[in-house]
Amino acid sequence: MNEFLKKSEIKRLKNLTFLQRLYIPEILKGIRITLRQIFKPSFTIQYPEQKFIKPESFRGRPVLVEENGVERCVACGLCSRVCPALAIDVQSAETELEKERYPEIFEINMLRCIFCGFCEEVCPEEAIIMSSDYELSFTDYNSAIYGKDKLLVPIEKVQDRLDHLHRTR
Amino acid sequence: MNIISEAVVKILMILFINLTIVAYLVLVERKVSAYIQNRIGPNRVGPWGLLQPLADIIKLFFKEDIVPKAVNKFIHSLAPIISVVVAFSTFAVIPFGDKITIFGTTYKLVIADVNVGVLIILALTSLGVYGITLSGWASNNKYSLLGGLRSAAQMISYELSLGISLIGVLMMTESLRLTQIVEFQNGYILGFIPKWNIFLQPLGFIIFLVASFAETNRLPFDLPEAETELVGGYHVEYTGMKFGLFFLAEYAAMITASAFIVTIYLGGWQFPFVEYFNLSPFMLSLLQIGAFAFKVWLVLLFFIVIRWTIPRFRYDQLMNIGWKVMLPASIANVILTAFLIYFNLL
Repeated sequence: MNEFLKKSEIKRLKNLTFLQRLYIPEILKGIRITLRQIFKPSFTIQYPEQKFIKPESFRGRPVLVEENGVERCVACGLCSRVCPALAIDVQSAETELEKERYPEIFEINMLRCIFCGFCEEVCPEEAIIMSSDYELSFTDYNSAIYGKDKLLVPIEKVQDRLDHLHRTR
Repeated sequence: MNIISEAVVKILMILFINLTIVAYLVLVERKVSAYIQNRIGPNRVGPWGLLQPLADIIKLFFKEDIVPKAVNKFIHSLAPIISVVVAFSTFAVIPFGDKITIFGTTYKLVIADVNVGVLIILALTSLGVYGITLSGWASNNKYSLLGGLRSAAQMISYELSLGISLIGVLMMTESLRLTQIVEFQNGYILGFIPKWNIFLQPLGFIIFLVASFAETNRLPFDLPEAETELVGGYHVEYTGMKFGLFFLAEYAAMITASAFIVTIYLGGWQFPFVEYFNLSPFMLSLLQIGAFAFKVWLVLLFFIVIRWTIPRFRYDQLMNIGWKVMLPASIANVILTAFLIYFNLL
């Protein structure tokens, strides 16, 4: 017996009124609710023509930030290490620039990527971040492996995401 | 034009119209359910998705017809045929209009105006259970078998109250001929309510409606299918057009049930207050056919709305309602009607 409810307040099947036991008025009530729903606006987004408004924290495909024509990445390999899906492959090389190291090869296998954003979190240089791009499709396995040519994005295009990261971190 | 060719023309017309209605009923069901659930529903194939049924049919035809090794091949193929034939042939005795005069010849708007129309419909709809039960047995699958058995038990118990609830109407009309039952509903009660059997036999109407839902395996009583417990029941082992035939049969049975309800209880092709309009006979016939179609569509929409409102009954609840509520209520309805007729109150 529930101490918060008086005995008379507990609704049991045997306590139904005659009209409720007749079942038909209850069905009519149900139909009224159903019919009312018909005239409410639908939640459907007509996808290819109409797109949903992405929240700031939306995680699309990971991209490499390109600053002054060269990637920020210093090829430390942390993203590759943390990636739970083993999607990232980094091979480092030396460079004359101040950062001294750069990724010679940086590949993300988009068939393996699970869009978790760990690479973005772990990156000490804010060099790999999640973009808002989510429409990815491939026709064969090789085209699903994104190299530097596809991953590099100028910093102006991802400024929103960087701002968001600065605000929330 | 002799009787046979006239009948053939009528049969082809009815078959064509029924198949079209079945195809679009599926679309209507999907659309209505979508709106009830605040969605939009199919709208990609053709304008507003109007060509969706066509695409579905083409898809079903081009699907592989898989016959599992363990099934009884003959009965496995026979079962969907039984379901479809029964569902469509029932329409033969249902009048969809009074008479129509084209180029001086008068045609009755019913394929077969037989004097045992009601019995034929009851007999054929009870044959429908064979299609489902046989498919359940022949599939050699425990879920199919359970679906088939449930279907048999459900249909047999609801057929009783279906038949008995009709007796009230039959006692008033004193005929089993469907055209006479429709003509009996011409006129008014108290001068303004159409003299339809729904107003004379409200209890019988409700019992008949509920039993029709059980007969057509529509949602509050769709235990033979019961996706959540029986993964689809009797048609688990069917693919391609054989599954399509079951689908067709389900919706055709729905149309037949609606037409039967309209004929028996909602005045058939009667259009109230039409005698004040001074229409030409030809226009009147067209109006009556339109009234019949309109009423059938209303009942079909009711079927659909109910499906998306009420959850499925548990099996024991189904049997309880069938035997402990519906059957006594229908018998009480018969006795009440008999008393009223005996004292000249009806």
